[in-house]
Amino acid sequence: MARGGGSEGVSSAATGATVERSDFILTEYDRFVRERGGAAPSWVRELRGQALTRFAEAGFPTTRDEEWRFTSVAPIAETAFQLAAEPADRGAIQGLVADVAFDGVAARLVIVNGRFSHELSTVRPGSGIAAGGLATALAGDRSARLEQQITKLAVDGRPFVALNTAFMEDGAFVEIPAGAVVAAPIHIVVVTTSGASPAVAHPRIVVAAGANAQATIVETYIGAAAKPYLMNAVSDVVLDENAVVEHYKDQREPVGAHHIATMHVRLGRSSTFTSQAFAFGGHIVRNDILAVLGGEGGECTLNGLYFSDGRRLVDNHTTIDHALPHCASHELYKGILAGKARAVFNGKIVVRPDAQKTDAKQTNRALLLSDGAQINTKPQLEIFADDVKCTHGAAIGQLDDEAMFYLRARGLTAVEARDLLIHAFAGEILNQIKVEPVRAQMETGLYAQLARDLEDRA
Amino acid sequence: MLDVKGLKVRAEGKDILRGVNLTVQAGEVHAIMGPNGSGKSTLARALAGHPQYEVTAGEARYLGQDLLAMDPDERARLGLFMAFQYPVEIAGVNNAYFLKAALNARRKQQGLEELDAIEFMALIRDKAGLLDIDQSMLSRAVNEGFSGGEKKRNEIFQMAVLEPTLAILDETDSGLDIDALRVVSHGVNAMRNTDRAFIVVTHYQRLLNYIVPDVVHVLTDGVIVRSGGKELALELEEKGYGWLEAAGAKA
Repeated sequence: MARGGGSEGVSSAATGATVERSDFILTEYDRFVRERGGAAPSWVRELRGQALTRFAEAGFPTTRDEEWRFTSVAPIAETAFQLAAEPADRGAIQGLVADVAFDGVAARLVIVNGRFSHELSTVRPGSGIAAGGLATALAGDRSARLEQQITKLAVDGRPFVALNTAFMEDGAFVEIPAGAVVAAPIHIVVVTTSGASPAVAHPRIVVAAGANAQATIVETYIGAAAKPYLMNAVSDVVLDENAVVEHYKDQREPVGAHHIATMHVRLGRSSTFTSQAFAFGGHIVRNDILAVLGGEGGECTLNGLYFSDGRRLVDNHTTIDHALPHCASHELYKGILAGKARAVFNGKIVVRPDAQKTDAKQTNRALLLSDGAQINTKPQLEIFADDVKCTHGAAIGQLDDEAMFYLRARGLTAVEARDLLIHAFAGEILNQIKVEPVRAQMETGLYAQLARDLEDRA
Repeated sequence: MLDVKGLKVRAEGKDILRGVNLTVQAGEVHAIMGPNGSGKSTLARALAGHPQYEVTAGEARYLGQDLLAMDPDERARLGLFMAFQYPVEIAGVNNAYFLKAALNARRKQQGLEELDAIEFMALIRDKAGLLDIDQSMLSRAVNEGFSGGEKKRNEIFQMAVLEPTLAILDETDSGLDIDALRVVSHGVNAMRNTDRAFIVVTHYQRLLNYIVPDVVHVLTDGVIVRSGGKELALELEEKGYGWLEAAGAKA
């Protein structure tokens, strides 16, 4: 499982190390199967084996892969990440969770170092949902239902999904029964810590919303990185006919963390899915969202807001697949980049031959706060039907000098004026957050990052 | 209050002001008139501290301090206000929120308590009435989707709220119909007092029928070529700028 030979700038010694790291994954897999793998049902064990083979064939992606052209994962490929162990300091974990927990939830599901924490998780009695740890569910009487959902996602050729599947052990599941309207948010907190050596976690989140069900899911990613860690998450969301799911993702991991995540969403007839994805933390951050409009009249909204500074990278790859007619999709991604940060936005919209009357709109904007920041952006429209409406637009700019002067001429300092303009830029997304504690956390998170960026420059 | 000596300013690679002298005392209203391209707006923007206007020579003292050494926001917090010729539209920034931040920045500088939301709303309701400002304008984004007249009224409204020591109106009358001009002038006149001064930059004598100046200056080709009383404005109305431009060229 070489990474396709030594790429430019990588010395032979480093290339050797790469091969070693890939071997390391095989060794880790053997150890995983031996020490942790036994409890899972046979279909899970088989799926893991297939996924490992798939990953071993392709290896880590390189910048020669079109899907990874601007994002080098060499720092991930070259690090010997061990499966994250039970955290030594339970108090620290509780503290991290308490920072982001909020009241009034239908459930709080906490995943610590890739494993569901029964101790920190709660499901409110009478909430109307079934939710809990994935490992327990896989081993219990939900296994057959989960098998249906998980094997459908299977391994779609994405290397990090394959890797997650090979090490699939635990995570969380949420089932919203048909007709259940759950007003209180379901909060999934994914917390990861590394100890003396680099750690990796591969949590899997499985959400199923039955017909006419309605729910709000919040995924929050946090952690503490004594050594680098890799968060390699997969979320799998299925909406039956007429279901409504609002999904929020708040990624605020430390700079020592790499965050690779794939969310796969399947929308049934007339269902509505809304994603608001926020990425403020992490070093190499890659978010893939694949939404398939697989029933007539579905509506999918993908919004995103990201901030990056220093030498960090945030890459958003989204695919909206219009498979059937009369579906609508709206997409708005906004980024704020400082320092020497880099960003990638790739928004693919596929309109299949049957998907007449598709209405798809995609917008991507970025605000560059420094000369050293850069973004690569690419809309990708693949339209095979003729009676459709598809628009896309991208705008990349800096803070408007005239607006800055106007605000300063009224007495606001340069920092206040800048923050106000950035807030206005981000507000278009932030104001769409309907879960107030989440909105407040996003806002303070963004301001904390901006303040840090200023300190760095001082 | 303001003492400008030999001010030379460059913008976009051109020398625009070529040595402006101007002294404004508290309580006075000065009108700066002149043809297009004479440097009137450059003078206003340079005094406000626009970063694209580079002062190459001269000095400006404001309330005894070196004005040119200050950032634009320091000038504003010390009570210098410029009503923009072309107010900037700022999407996503709420008009009332912005004005509250501006007012509290000024109050902090003055050693006054910052106003809370309730006190602030009471204040602006008061001032909005004075300038015929629709309450809905306050909840919209700064200048976004405002008509030309609304933008100019919003500038004067901001001035009324911020209560500056020195207000510079940069062609506030341009593009206003007669009703709006009356409203704006009424707003300015209501604020005239012995502690406050105004510099009214205008292309048209018409405004000075409503805001009667103490001193009129004529700026042509980057220098003040003539100063006089309010009757100078009437003379200009009658004769145009030609005779003064010739005088300026000789000087």
